[in-house]
Amino acid sequence: MKKAVGTQGLVYNEDLIFEKSVEGRKAYSLPALDVPEADIQRLVPEEYLREEVSGFPEVSEVEVVRHFVRLSQWNYAIDVGFYPLGSCTMKYNPKINEDIARLPGFAHAHPYQPEALSQGAIRLMYELEKCLCEISGMDRVSLQPAAGAHGELTGLMMIRAYLTAQGNPRKKVIIPDSAHGTNPASSTLCGYEVISLKSNDRGCIDPQALRENMNREVAAIMLTNPNTLGLFEENILEIARIVHDQGGLVYCDGANLNALLGIVRPGDMGIDVLHFNLHKTFSTPHGGGGPGSGPVGVKSHLAPFMPIPTPECRLEAEDSGQGAGPSPAPGPRPYYYLDYNRPQSIGKVRAFYGNFGMMVRAYSYIRSLGAEGLRQVSETAVINANYILSRLRDVYHVPYDRHCKHECVLSDKFQLKNDVKTLDIAKRLMDYGFHPPTIYFPLIVPGALMIEPTETESKETLDEFIQAMRAIAREAQEEPETVRSAPHLPKVRRLDETMAARKPKLRWEKGEEKNAR
Amino acid sequence: MNDERGIGSSFLIHNSACPIFHMRYIPNTARDCQAMLKTIGVPSVEELFADIPRSIRLQRKLNLPPALSEKELIEELKALSALNAQVQEYTSFLGAGAYHHFIPSLVLHLISRSEFYTAYTPYQPEISQGTLQAIFEYQTLICQLTNMEVANASMYDGSTSVAEAALMAHRLNERPEMIVSTAVHPEYRAVLKTYVNHLGIAVREVGFTERGGTDLAVCRSMVNEATGAVIVQYPNFFGCIEDLAALSRLAHEKGALFIVAVAEPIALGVLKAPGDFGADIVVGEGQAMGNALNFGGPYVGFFATRQEYLRKMPGRLAGETTDLEGRRGYVLTLSTREQHIRREKATSNICTNQALCALATTIYLCTLGKQGIREVALQNLQKAHYAKEAIGRLKGYHLVFNSPTFNEFVVKAPRPLSRINQALLENQMIGGLDLGRFYPELENCLLLCVTENHSRGQIDKLVEVLTLKG
Repeated sequence: MKKAVGTQGLVYNEDLIFEKSVEGRKAYSLPALDVPEADIQRLVPEEYLREEVSGFPEVSEVEVVRHFVRLSQWNYAIDVGFYPLGSCTMKYNPKINEDIARLPGFAHAHPYQPEALSQGAIRLMYELEKCLCEISGMDRVSLQPAAGAHGELTGLMMIRAYLTAQGNPRKKVIIPDSAHGTNPASSTLCGYEVISLKSNDRGCIDPQALRENMNREVAAIMLTNPNTLGLFEENILEIARIVHDQGGLVYCDGANLNALLGIVRPGDMGIDVLHFNLHKTFSTPHGGGGPGSGPVGVKSHLAPFMPIPTPECRLEAEDSGQGAGPSPAPGPRPYYYLDYNRPQSIGKVRAFYGNFGMMVRAYSYIRSLGAEGLRQVSETAVINANYILSRLRDVYHVPYDRHCKHECVLSDKFQLKNDVKTLDIAKRLMDYGFHPPTIYFPLIVPGALMIEPTETESKETLDEFIQAMRAIAREAQEEPETVRSAPHLPKVRRLDETMAARKPKLRWEKGEEKNAR
Repeated sequence: MNDERGIGSSFLIHNSACPIFHMRYIPNTARDCQAMLKTIGVPSVEELFADIPRSIRLQRKLNLPPALSEKELIEELKALSALNAQVQEYTSFLGAGAYHHFIPSLVLHLISRSEFYTAYTPYQPEISQGTLQAIFEYQTLICQLTNMEVANASMYDGSTSVAEAALMAHRLNERPEMIVSTAVHPEYRAVLKTYVNHLGIAVREVGFTERGGTDLAVCRSMVNEATGAVIVQYPNFFGCIEDLAALSRLAHEKGALFIVAVAEPIALGVLKAPGDFGADIVVGEGQAMGNALNFGGPYVGFFATRQEYLRKMPGRLAGETTDLEGRRGYVLTLSTREQHIRREKATSNICTNQALCALATTIYLCTLGKQGIREVALQNLQKAHYAKEAIGRLKGYHLVFNSPTFNEFVVKAPRPLSRINQALLENQMIGGLDLGRFYPELENCLLLCVTENHSRGQIDKLVEVLTLKG
């Protein structure tokens, strides 16, 4: 039998850095002070002088390096293996994009340096916006939000501002029960009450149910397309019409954009506001939980409300003293600038301009793929997901039995007969060398397993994953205890999450014994 | 190029007559895909998109520049980046919320380890212990630095941390007003207003005195039973050290919370922590600690508070626990506060935060350690003082505020700043921030920042160029 992807290996124990501290050790290097040293008591009033930062570790450079290298070796990562997390789009993070983001002109530019000396940065933002508009069919895109949820909040604020300008911000937002948790959370943060809409038996938004709930108290619908079941909202045009007819707006959570690139555009489906996740669709790395970037696209009627500043371009006459560097050709040159003069703007959702470093990576990605590449991304992502679905449907329950888009949802219904649950299946997958799919989401499928392979996985990897899933299905029948007691191979086994919440210990404290391994 | 079956051009339809775009990030070839389509049981990939209404299907290729090879990409983006000045080329005296400190080489090496930067959020703790222990260490370091009891795994940045702190104060005492000093970073205040605008929370501003600190008398008169929190920055936007003891008292006297924002946390290497003055929530910007300037982002917010307010905190938390076999391990915990569990009742909507930037901060602080954070802070203090004294002595220049400062200070110039900054640029220097941009009453005033990264020679050069213009 072919051996599993996951295997046993030697990993290293490593204490907390504070537990390794030895007085007098140091890891840093600083040139000697080269200005005359003033008496510190003259510079800072005594009541503000600090003796030391108590508890900070004292270790050598070697120990710092070993500490973090060992910690890193306990992590699963995309560069290690397959990460089929539904709605996360864990695609490969191109290395060249890291190099480009670290070019000194990008990495070491201060946000307040003169505009004339920031032409490269502002131009990149301007061009990224143009690319995202073309890809999505939206008219403008704000690059300011730091993550998807931040983009949602920004989008809702713009909707509120638009409706307020019309005379009534309205009170409610309709959200399907399959939505990601950030959708209702963002709505509440924006001061809206959430109406949860029950999905129909096809897993989609039911136009009739929507019609019954849609009225002039509803500001917007917040939907995801394809939805969190990986299914295209087939009635999207009717849905948009129902909402628009009552003066409401359509917000689309763009987390699942990986299914649509070059195929269809949200802007052509009646979407008014859409957020992008650069750390999903556009390959920027997840970093263990960020940084991401959540640009938000709008149709022109919402553009006046965008956060400030926005990157813009104007033509400057030759020899105006500004402009982007020496120009060989005569004539007017493009000058890129940040526009703060937008009187209807909602203001700012964060200081400065957004996660610029992630914009550089996303822009490099789009430039590396071009139109054909992006289309190939979506086609392959959709084929990969359907392939997995077709090869697991006989051993796992499929709640919505039709072709999916870039992700598919299974459930533990068959395995429950042997008292094996989704959580157990997920933990057992680790022993086979895979990160589990998304589990228990969307909420409308009990015991959901949401699988999104992305386009950056080979058929061989998909086959290995399928094999592992089939093996676990077999184990669930023949030796369920093996699955229920998984995982066996990682550095730690199942952790007591109940105790962690009941007796929270959220920091190291001095005077503690070094803990048992 | 259209074909009869599908709309637009699928890469699978083309054969040797039209070369396929082989993309190195997409392993499966057309042949692999054909085999999979066969298993799926459909004749073409078009079938898998059949449920998308034809009327909205794209009828053309996306209008994007043609794909660049790796070499071409590097050349093009290098040329673009060269259009930016940067601190390795120009000596910059800009601070104002983004600080140029020396980042030890090992920070970049360690955060570039695949297992850190290509890992997902640690929802499956058994295979994410590296990320989780690092978060636990970050939380600890932030608590130590701010002298608070509990800290979260990070926020987007300093400005949104302030906004979230205000929202948390509102959750705790349900009062309708926040009082914020105008000596708090103007962009932080703008973000605060955007966040609370439509939630029935009012923001009232209290000004600063000619000493450079928040006006205590005015603040005392403004704080009342409607005040949810008093928010100040330490050191403030002008680099001045605020009277935290007095501010803390006047907030608490009326039952308001005291929120302190720290935009330049290196200061806490030599200045007493806000926790020592009774702050209820301490937030701030971690960029100065191990993260490059990056034209404004990604940065990293920190958020620390009292143990008793734990369950009202936003953001992720890593907690210690044990596994089945009694081994110590870490997990994300108290998730019932968060969006994926509580949905519309969550303490915040935050999901993806700034984990890798927080890791950079963690590595930076471990590298500096107890001695290093103090030594770096002292060098900032001394070098800024040296610059401040020298410029203060120049004819026509004067120091605007006489409060003690850390590594930033405000100088009023004898001439329009545009000319002074132009002269500096000609000498490969970028001057401080023109405060007239945010404070009409501070026209011709420059906010200068000097860190351990500035050599004496560079400071002397700054003084020399200012002298020639003065």
